[in-house]
Amino acid sequence: MGYTIVYLSLIVLIPLATLVIKTAELSPGELWTLATSPRAMASYQVTFGASLAAALVNTALGPIVAWALVRYQFPGRALLDAIVDIPFALPTAVSGLALTAVLAPTGWIGRWLTPLGIKAVFTPLGITLALIFIGLPFVVRTVQPVLEELEPEVEEAAAVLGATRWQILGRVVLPALTPALLTGFALAFARAIGEYGSVVFISGNKQFETEITPLLIMTRLEQFDYAGATALALVMLVVSFAMLLAINGLGAWARRRAGHA
Amino acid sequence: MTDALAMAARRSARVGPPLGAPIGPPIGAPIAATDEPAWVRRTVIGVAIGFVGLFVLVPLAAVVVEALRAGLAAYGRAIAEPAALSAVKLTFLASAIAVPLNVVFGVAAAWAIARFRFPGRSILITLIDLPLAVSPVIAGMVYLLLFGRQGLLGPWLTDHGIKVVFALPGIVLATTFVTFPFVARELIPLMESQGAEEEEAAIVLGATGWQTFVRVTLPKIKWGLWYGIVLCTARAMGEFGAVSVVSGHIRGRTATLPLHVEILYNEYEYQAAFAVASLLVVLALASLVARRVIARRVEVI
Repeated sequence: MGYTIVYLSLIVLIPLATLVIKTAELSPGELWTLATSPRAMASYQVTFGASLAAALVNTALGPIVAWALVRYQFPGRALLDAIVDIPFALPTAVSGLALTAVLAPTGWIGRWLTPLGIKAVFTPLGITLALIFIGLPFVVRTVQPVLEELEPEVEEAAAVLGATRWQILGRVVLPALTPALLTGFALAFARAIGEYGSVVFISGNKQFETEITPLLIMTRLEQFDYAGATALALVMLVVSFAMLLAINGLGAWARRRAGHA
Repeated sequence: MTDALAMAARRSARVGPPLGAPIGPPIGAPIAATDEPAWVRRTVIGVAIGFVGLFVLVPLAAVVVEALRAGLAAYGRAIAEPAALSAVKLTFLASAIAVPLNVVFGVAAAWAIARFRFPGRSILITLIDLPLAVSPVIAGMVYLLLFGRQGLLGPWLTDHGIKVVFALPGIVLATTFVTFPFVARELIPLMESQGAEEEEAAIVLGATGWQTFVRVTLPKIKWGLWYGIVLCTARAMGEFGAVSVVSGHIRGRTATLPLHVEILYNEYEYQAAFAVASLLVVLALASLVARRVIARRVEVI
């Protein structure tokens, strides 16, 4: 017990407190200037824009994957179920390298995009695609268990009462899935914001264009601009904590709803 | 994020539908009111396979193909190169230190949280999750701020000739930070659901605390513990962002496997980069298989 707290403090709490101490060395004005410099603002835009787009794509396609896995029987279902975990298991650097290879103008997918005038590598599109890869398991794995536990009787009752399949989906299934969908979205979004490894390879890291905030922090650190890095890290920490609270709130909401059902 | 994240991560391998169990009528059978017509089913399955295949399987295959592009001999050379071997060694060494640290912590923390009620218990649970919510770059950065040359303890460390950042201790610390929650998170729900009756019986029958732990508790939590160790090890070996900040990227000295991949890539040695990356793919797939095998054991218990 005492050991637990000492170890926790040594590895997690004291290092994180250092960040706060470093921040306290700056005046609020300085902090504001560093955190809202044009380059920082551009990096927020890239990071949050791409993360949002990626999380939305996963929220749209994730339930389809979950539905196929839970409701249908088809050859390769077990394999598909296993493959969904790969983005969790693969080191992020390998993911980034692999996606870059595939999406490069000579790559397996890139060569089909180039004639269409679509450039994926070194553009915000590439960043978004990498973040879709990283976030793919989150929505699938939060929706899947809810879908499994959905009682077929409810859908049967709706059908007996004359509802069409679309009405059942929209009014019975979708409301039951909503908390899981929102949680999955928030998880994918939160993960995408902090993501570094899979993005650096594909982004090209052009200032104001494809520079994500974690990378800007890294650049500041390499220039020994610790104040600049600290200010950016603080912004990211605040957003992470807001997401943490939102996700825990969503979880509590889902449990309450399940209790009423 | 952590609760749901860890739940998702855990459930992904553990629960899943029973493989091969019949779900819905086969395509072509008569349609019930709660089934979809065959074309809808085919479309949904097609979209699911297309999405996952395009985004996951194709890039994975690309790594293997690129790695072998110049032939097996070149592949062997890339992996047997001294810098690559030293990266392998460093990766295993850092994991071999970080994982046992977190295993001991995980067991102790789970014990404290599952068996006792104390003020601040829920705060402790949240704090254990904290490393999952923080960006890996920030995880590495805090150690730089603490032990770096301009850091809080930097001057003192320099005076005593201790090198933490851009050396093995820094890499181990960053790895420990990011893999901190995995074992504890596996064991807490397991130990809470198991209760303490058997331990109480052992104590009543005269066993010492240590005997009780080794002969009663450890066998009970064995598979959950292995599961946590697999998750922890896989992440430890693959960590990139956090280690990248504190390692200094010295080729052949402070580069772990993922960092070595990046170095090779930046030096335009693509084939070698993919060859080393393929090692990490094998490790990741092995960890997935291990998770599935262990998950089945956990379900049996």
